[in-house]
Amino acid sequence: MDEGRNGMIDAIYNWIDNRLALSKSGRHLLNKIFPDHWSFMIGEIALYSFIVLLISGIFLTLYFVPSEAIVTYHGAYKPLDGMRVSEAYASTINLTFAVRGGLFMRQLHHWAANIFVGSIVVHMLRVFFTGAFRRPREANWMIGATLLILAIFNGFLGYSIPDDLVSGTGIRIAFSILESIPFVGTNLAFFLFGGNYPGTDIIPRFFILHVLILPLIILGLLAGHLGMLVKHKHAQFKGRGARNDNVVGSPLWPNYAAKAGGFFFLTTGVTAILAALVQINPIWQYGPYVPYKVSYAVQPDWYMGWLDGALRVMPAWEIHLPGHMVPNVFFPGILLPGVTFTLIYLWPFIEAKFITHDYSEHHLLDQPRDNPLRTSIGAAVFAFYFVLFGASATDVLANYLQVSLNVVLWVFRISCIVIPIIVFPVAYKICLELQKTPDAGKRKRHVIIVRDPEGAYHSVESAEYVGYVAPELNPVDIEEVDLQPEIDALNTPKETPQDGIYQVPR
Amino acid sequence: MSETTEEHPDLESVPLDAPQFEVAARNVKRTEYITFASFILALIAFAAFGAAYTQNASTGIFGLTIGLGLFFFGFGLVSWGKYLMPQGPFSEPRPLMETTEKEKELLKADFTSRGKVAIKRRSFLVKAMAAAGGIFGIVAAFPLIRSLGPLPKNSLMTTKWRKGSYLTTIYGDKVKPSDMEVGGILTVFPEDDLGSAISQTILLRVKESGNIVTMAGREDWAPDGFIAFSKVCTHAGCPVGLYEHLEQLLVCPCHQSMFNVKDGAMPVFGPAPRPLPQLPIYIDSDGYFRARAGYDEPIGPGFWTRGGTA
Repeated sequence: MDEGRNGMIDAIYNWIDNRLALSKSGRHLLNKIFPDHWSFMIGEIALYSFIVLLISGIFLTLYFVPSEAIVTYHGAYKPLDGMRVSEAYASTINLTFAVRGGLFMRQLHHWAANIFVGSIVVHMLRVFFTGAFRRPREANWMIGATLLILAIFNGFLGYSIPDDLVSGTGIRIAFSILESIPFVGTNLAFFLFGGNYPGTDIIPRFFILHVLILPLIILGLLAGHLGMLVKHKHAQFKGRGARNDNVVGSPLWPNYAAKAGGFFFLTTGVTAILAALVQINPIWQYGPYVPYKVSYAVQPDWYMGWLDGALRVMPAWEIHLPGHMVPNVFFPGILLPGVTFTLIYLWPFIEAKFITHDYSEHHLLDQPRDNPLRTSIGAAVFAFYFVLFGASATDVLANYLQVSLNVVLWVFRISCIVIPIIVFPVAYKICLELQKTPDAGKRKRHVIIVRDPEGAYHSVESAEYVGYVAPELNPVDIEEVDLQPEIDALNTPKETPQDGIYQVPR
Repeated sequence: MSETTEEHPDLESVPLDAPQFEVAARNVKRTEYITFASFILALIAFAAFGAAYTQNASTGIFGLTIGLGLFFFGFGLVSWGKYLMPQGPFSEPRPLMETTEKEKELLKADFTSRGKVAIKRRSFLVKAMAAAGGIFGIVAAFPLIRSLGPLPKNSLMTTKWRKGSYLTTIYGDKVKPSDMEVGGILTVFPEDDLGSAISQTILLRVKESGNIVTMAGREDWAPDGFIAFSKVCTHAGCPVGLYEHLEQLLVCPCHQSMFNVKDGAMPVFGPAPRPLPQLPIYIDSDGYFRARAGYDEPIGPGFWTRGGTA
């Protein structure tokens, strides 16, 4: 029985293998070494939540109707009964209340989107502070930055298409930001919206961008991102025999197949528990979008917070030119993200040219303290965006703290300049201190006080890693499969006199 | 298939009794129990999900059963992978990305030597191809971009408010002074543009009687304690939906710009750079509000082609 089944599996495997030569590349794959460090899991969270987004998103497209046609709602949600709403809004309410598991899938999709963008940002911080973007990974850093932009855009599009009151106001702001762009803005806004705001094209257009065009681009870039990762192999922290020309860790089979596979289910499970217990975007409470209505104390999804905060703290300035103007929202809405992402794209080159003067290949990661200037610049810039993020809640904070809105706004206007200036030297100093501290970041040893027979007290350091002493093992090399002879054999010119074509050896 | 892996020829150099092949768990038995328990819990939760689905349970039960199932399934796999598998470390060589001079030269030689044969004495072909391709790139942009929408022309500059337009509610009812109390606000539209995102206008009753003069030249724009402004915020275009009667401030809830009604909706706080345009209104002989004229400037947020006038 057993043998018969194995024989069957072998036969199937052989059939495929003889057509794809899996045994050659498969061996590489099974032996692929993954370095062990918790911080390498953050990018995995992004990948897995993207898979959750694809699965839950496919479910949602089966019920969502991307149309701005007005219908009278008669459905499961009674408070809206008889209201005239768009088909997009009505179908979202319908899939929420009338489709079994619909609300769960919608909340799963929304939570997964928030986690997707969040894990990209944290992953990017990890890559930045450990210097993983250095040669040869500059291009992969730029692909990652592009993925972040696309993730933010697609999150905004998905948030917009249910056509509820809150997201509709967001679309209005997006139109204002678009038309503020010098030279092309007015036309660009009209082309994207199919005319003046609000028009009737924007939901179907956002929909096709959200479910087809941007996901395809994200998938393609993701393939490039991971392909380059395989090509370069993982960067790794120092220690355990790690060198620039090796990778030390555990193999894909069986360790990482189980760990990464299990981590996929952990990520999915936690997202599902959030979707089950924590309400997100209850559009039936917001009501349908009506252009002359607006809601109060509304914040966008978290990843738009820094832009919303920037719109709030920006002073009321505009540039007036003969016949033209540069509107206020251009500065926080276009210039700020433009400068931000340009700097992100260029950072690997800026750092190599002006800070480290180091153009060599790096596969060993820095600790953040190893490069104090990079770390403190990163910390200060991050602090700036974090203050902007906080500024998107000025109205809520003023209400909660019972302080005048004026005070709260000015606190944020000043903080977004002062706090980064404070953070920079503090981070720099901490890096220098950590550099001078031996074994910084390692677990502290206990100090044991003993009393000797004479009555004197002595302090004695305990052994390292109290309780369990891990053996310090050296990595064992897994041999590289040498495919070069086979490649050479394939490349050797063969004479084929039968058909009269000769490949002449150079 | 798992046993064949341990006989993997590449690992032959590593004896299976090497410490790297020991499992990482300190207490193997306990780890096995925990892993086993995780899978059993996952099984129970998945079964419960099936039951919850057939019973059409609430979103909480529904999501919690499948979420806990996935979580425990993942927990079991991770604890298996982390503690019950070879602890390593193993290593593999990493070829650096740098190529040798010889490799570079060989590629270059292949490219140029064969390329020269292809374009020898045929540079006119290259030019013709580039010209055709370039024209294609330009013309392809037209259907892709130009067809998306109309040109803005004058549409951002004007609204549907005309001389004599009635101020009507969203239901099309004409508005008269007795409809509103002091401190009241009402969103009004021209009768031929109900519910419009562009023409929406906010009508306020600021005081019991008397004209409100916001600035010179607007002496008869706001009769009998009533005044009307465009409802579209000059900052980012949100509806300016809040009115604080005590301070006589209009507040935009999106980014908290505040406009002083008495001053002709001059911005006094927040990011809004320009006042809300004021709609000149009068009360006709039948007692209804009507517009003296349309807005005398483009409403709403700034845009590149708006022109420089403040």
